[in-house]
Amino acid sequence: MTCRECADFLSDYVAGELPAGQLATFERHLAACPNCEEYMRQYHATIVAERTAFAEEPTGDIPEELVRAILAARNSR
Amino acid sequence: MAEAVAQRRERESGDDELLARLRVGDAAAFEELVRTESGRLLAVTRRILTTEEDARDAVQDAFMFAFRSLDRFHGESRLSTWLHRIAVNAALMRLRTRRRKREEPLDPLLPAYKDDGHHVERFASWDDPAEKIEQAENKALVRRLIGELPDSYRTVLLLRDIEGLDTEETAKLLETTPNAVKVRLHRARQALRTLLAPHFKRTSP
Repeated sequence: MTCRECADFLSDYVAGELPAGQLATFERHLAACPNCEEYMRQYHATIVAERTAFAEEPTGDIPEELVRAILAARNSR
Repeated sequence: MAEAVAQRRERESGDDELLARLRVGDAAAFEELVRTESGRLLAVTRRILTTEEDARDAVQDAFMFAFRSLDRFHGESRLSTWLHRIAVNAALMRLRTRRRKREEPLDPLLPAYKDDGHHVERFASWDDPAEKIEQAENKALVRRLIGELPDSYRTVLLLRDIEGLDTEETAKLLETTPNAVKVRLHRARQALRTLLAPHFKRTSP
């Protein structure tokens, strides 16, 4: 397996969707290639960073004018 | 376990009761739904759209669509999940109607390979990502960098990784194939990794 093929498998790997045969080849490559192992770690960290960046967003700030506009639009239907 | 099941039943019966009131046109029920759900839906449309005005308009579009479609909702999912999908769709529709700027190619942000298939770049280690990612300024940075991705990649990344839609649902909403969604998601994450690298690179020896 080349590094290019290894990178192509990353998405399926993190989703736990890599078939057993390919998983073994993928993990063998990672064990032998520190650069791909680092890339895999960063790819995974990127996904965690995305989710963390949008977690705990305040949802309490409901603009009153929006609520009124929606209810008014419904009434005028 | 039993507690989780009981909580779910309670939520579902809450949905049933609210739905019954909505279906007979109970004004207080509509207000309750709007007040309960708008904050969450606004957070969704703000992620997808860039202006506050568009985000609010999309929430209004979503509620109008939902009110018109109540008869077609048969409780296949939670009411809140149904509204979430409608809001995502309303935001995407608004995004499509905006004048589109030409998308920059993503290739410069994707890894380069030598002829033998090895990476060209040697990837410098990152600082402890868990610690780095939790810092408020880095959360804002990640959101800004996601905003720099071309729309066709940014939307897939948001729908799959943040909104929690599966590949098929995402493909349907974006009017594309599941395979195109998988390819775009992978490329979007790779591009975001490249954008994050200078900020997350280990600075201490």
